Amino acid sequence: MKGMSIIVKKVAQLIAGFVFLYGIYIIAHGHLTPGGGFAGGALLAGAYILSILAYGSDYLKLKEEQTESSLSESISILLILMLAVAGMLMGIKVFFNNFLPKGTIGELISAGAIPLYNIFIGIEVASALLTIFLALIIYKEEIEE
Amino acid sequence: MELTLSILLGFMIIGALFSLHAKDLLSAVIACGIVGYSLVICFLLLRAPDLAIVQIVVETITLIIMVAVVLNSTREELKVKIDTRQIINISLALLFIVVLFFFFIQATDMLNPFGEHTLRMASAYVGETAAKTGSANLVTGIVFDFRGYDTLGEATVLFTAALGVLTILRLKGKK
Repeated sequence: MKGMSIIVKKVAQLIAGFVFLYGIYIIAHGHLTPGGGFAGGALLAGAYILSILAYGSDYLKLKEEQTESSLSESISILLILMLAVAGMLMGIKVFFNNFLPKGTIGELISAGAIPLYNIFIGIEVASALLTIFLALIIYKEEIEE
Repeated sequence: MELTLSILLGFMIIGALFSLHAKDLLSAVIACGIVGYSLVICFLLLRAPDLAIVQIVVETITLIIMVAVVLNSTREELKVKIDTRQIINISLALLFIVVLFFFFIQATDMLNPFGEHTLRMASAYVGETAAKTGSANLVTGIVFDFRGYDTLGEATVLFTAALGVLTILRLKGKK
């Protein structure tokens, strides 16, 4: 896949980092401000897609990246399930039990296990969207060869 | 606010109709974007910033992917002639529109006026979520604590979608 002109490359280089940082902020503050795992994960995937579209990449590198994103997607959904099961083993026998201490409302480290769920859902959404995008690109390159 | 919402909804309907009848596929995709971005403004006006953030990001990404797909395919539309079978289809569709609209008016007469919530669960959630889960954002507290199964289901749906895309595309690409 070919990259775009130097203007697009420079603008993407300047913006992609900020988009990524904003995604991390949205995920980390998911239990305090609007947003959460789903919105932040989509923003993270957007940063990756922006830089891939602007810079382009060769086909073998994209294949490696797709393997890794598929792996991180599977691992994060497994971790969500393990957190839910851990809630069942500790304290009351309920699936999705919030077993960690709650802390004071409004601080960054509070709300028990909810920030952890947010982080793993964010990784899952980001890598799932990125995997779908990469699969579409790789398919096109393979057809053209 | 209802007037603003009605104008936005009118724009959305016009955009959707235009995207159905556009000659060029690219302009049809961009007209679909009108629907998504007007929905973002509707969510902001109705005080749902969580939904607005998700909608604006997802709409942008899908628009990019759709434009990339359209640019790589044929952009012309196929001409279809109107014959007797299509006339029957159109008249049946109009009949169903009239019937459904009648029942829609009957059903909306029973509801509360616009902006007043009717569910008992909603007031219980608004009152108790912050104290029970310790999360300052009520939506996140509900989504990850009371409705944990829902969230797990959504994550699983996304996982399965990615698996399906990989399976279908990689099999065809390897031929």
